[in-house]
Amino acid sequence: MKHLLSVTDLDAPAATGLLDTADRLKQALLGREVRKLPTLRGRTVITMFYENSTRTRVSFEAAGKWMSADTINVSASGSSVAKGESLRDTALTLSAMGADCVVVRHPASGAAHRLAGWIDQDRETTGTSTAIVNAGDGTHEHPTQTLLDAATLRDRLGGIAGRRIGIVGDVLHSRVARSNVFLLATLGAEVVLVAPPTLLPTGVEQWPCRVSPDLDAELPDLDAVMMLRVQAERMHGAFFPSAREYSIGYGLSEDRARRLPGHAVVLHPGPMVRGMEIAPAVADGSRSAVLAQVSNGVHVRMAVLYHLLAGAPE
Amino acid sequence: MVASLRSSRREATMLRIGTEAVAVSDLLITRARPYGEDAVDILVRDGVVAEIGPDLRAPDGVEVLDAAGAVLLPGFVDLHTHLREPGGEESETVESGSRAAARGGYTAVFAMPNTDPVADTAVVVEHVRRRGEEVGLVDVHPVGAVTVGLEGAKMAELGTMARSRAQVRMFSDDGRCVHDPVIMRRALEYASALDVVIAQHAEDHRLTVGAQAHEGVVASRLGLAGWPATAEETIVGRDCALAREAGAKLHVCHVSSARTIEVLRAAKAQGVRVSAEVTPHHLLLTDAALTSYDPVNKVNPPLRTGEDTKAMRAALAEGVIDVVGTDHAPHAAQYKDTEWAAARPGMLGLETALSVVVHTMVEPGLLDWRGVARVLAERPAGIAGLADQGRPIAVGEPATFALVDPEAVWTVRGTALASKASNTPFEGMRLPATVVATVLRGRVTARSGSVAEGKAQV
Repeated sequence: MKHLLSVTDLDAPAATGLLDTADRLKQALLGREVRKLPTLRGRTVITMFYENSTRTRVSFEAAGKWMSADTINVSASGSSVAKGESLRDTALTLSAMGADCVVVRHPASGAAHRLAGWIDQDRETTGTSTAIVNAGDGTHEHPTQTLLDAATLRDRLGGIAGRRIGIVGDVLHSRVARSNVFLLATLGAEVVLVAPPTLLPTGVEQWPCRVSPDLDAELPDLDAVMMLRVQAERMHGAFFPSAREYSIGYGLSEDRARRLPGHAVVLHPGPMVRGMEIAPAVADGSRSAVLAQVSNGVHVRMAVLYHLLAGAPE
Repeated sequence: MVASLRSSRREATMLRIGTEAVAVSDLLITRARPYGEDAVDILVRDGVVAEIGPDLRAPDGVEVLDAAGAVLLPGFVDLHTHLREPGGEESETVESGSRAAARGGYTAVFAMPNTDPVADTAVVVEHVRRRGEEVGLVDVHPVGAVTVGLEGAKMAELGTMARSRAQVRMFSDDGRCVHDPVIMRRALEYASALDVVIAQHAEDHRLTVGAQAHEGVVASRLGLAGWPATAEETIVGRDCALAREAGAKLHVCHVSSARTIEVLRAAKAQGVRVSAEVTPHHLLLTDAALTSYDPVNKVNPPLRTGEDTKAMRAALAEGVIDVVGTDHAPHAAQYKDTEWAAARPGMLGLETALSVVVHTMVEPGLLDWRGVARVLAERPAGIAGLADQGRPIAVGEPATFALVDPEAVWTVRGTALASKASNTPFEGMRLPATVVATVLRGRVTARSGSVAEGKAQV
């Protein structure tokens, strides 16, 4: 694996392999007094975030550090980017400094693909190789998020194939939704998207999932439901009349949570807007796997770094 | 096949036409096939066709251009070109754009006004016109802005620009839509008295805020905000109704959606004086090309689906779409070598237009060479009211031609094109047909890819 740009880069065995590695790494760290594995000692991992982020950046930094890598965080506002440096120049500079891996989050869809392209072109002239990890590009994909969601589902449900997973909310602007639909389908789950028509992308009928406008009708059959934040900063226009009406139609209230089967799990990629898409009691309730998602996130990202940098078998 | 010259170079003579000095020349073209029909020789005197027949003899001192069986067409007229001068010279200049035009078989180009400063006054349009004359490779006709600064709020001085030395015949806010229906209505009414054309970039900007690509399956998967086809067809419908009321001439730039064609068909049936153009890229390319996120494929209006390109070709053959306009939009590397969202939209077009038309229209039998002459030269000249271009190939007509080798095949390389910029979406493609020579009033402006220097022959 050279880069991790999109979940479509992963077939079922590759994705399962990453999840298995994440499990092994989690086990390897358990009970250790010093939470460190020496695997990536001497490797340099740079996180390059052009968008605000707490959980993903800290998660990648922890993942790198727990594997003994040297991790360096760069955020756009404090860097040459504010002076007008192009994405390409920034990437090639980091590569020239010897970064083994650049983890990038960027507001433009396709940014990680473009980066990988420039790095690969550069590889031909300089011989250096830098792995690119897409930590979220615009509204396109967020592969490591979906891997940690899959890890969490696997833990809590015992497996993914054949399970019914609902994804609810602003699918149109959600890179998490896109990545999840495609990876969960690859792993054999049945996915249903629930959203008002204004928040569904054109051509969603061609995605490997069902689409439904009626959350209440879907809930009793779901093994897991993933709630998406309504992303105010991404919206340019009026997609629904009011936050209240949205919440009434598509929020996971306590009443709605009671309609889920007993074993069902509630996921959220975070950050949550309590009271909007998810009731506080549900966010904190026994079905909620939100904190497990966060914890699994570090192990999954350790696995990704391991596969990219330590040359783990495909 | 190579067009050859049998004698040495000669300066073109200058002929006074009205108050202007126009370069004209003598020439003998041998073994050319007008509209792909039987081969003839054509003798040109002072820029005008003097004789057409078999085995003509070259008078003393007259250069001979052996077409060796090439197809002879009227020189192409592009109603939609961006020459970037003034203000955008890092991407293209009147000179480099003229060189690209000549190599592409073009003898007249209409230069869009979204320059810096905007071409919304006589001063700027006269400057662009004069630069074109100084370069002397192609007739550069500046397009004037419809509104001051392209801001859509206040009509620009259309009359002054029309009466200026630039003789502006077409006005457009291209790049932006004339959005306010009141302004568009007034511009059409005002234009009707001047007998000029208002050319609309049809895009309801409120429906395309943040848009990056055609609103469809591909953009949804790639996470690119959509530019719905309805943003184009609703403006075209509105403008046809306004043009009908005003009795004015409307031209629709770069039609991209199959649904717009239906609107145009209905309007034409009602007698609305509307003409429409399609770009070469909208005849051939679709949004399937976007998956690499390479911004060389980013353009406004965007590449759409296979259904749309199919509809464009049929409409061009039928005449509902009147002409091919390149929307030649050069961009220096720094404007394209970025992430998709940051890249400027636009593609080169002058040097690949003929080949794309041959590939998409002639090879599948949708157009013959007379049809190519119609869509690349005759109809564009007619729409713009050009008296000396897009003329029949006949004695007494201006000797302004493009000579085409239909059997040639070539590989497109952006860096080998004459444009300053290299942003061609056809990079690496093998395309049919080359322009063997371009002749402007008897002067050979381009031959086998080489372009004339100054006012000399090539």
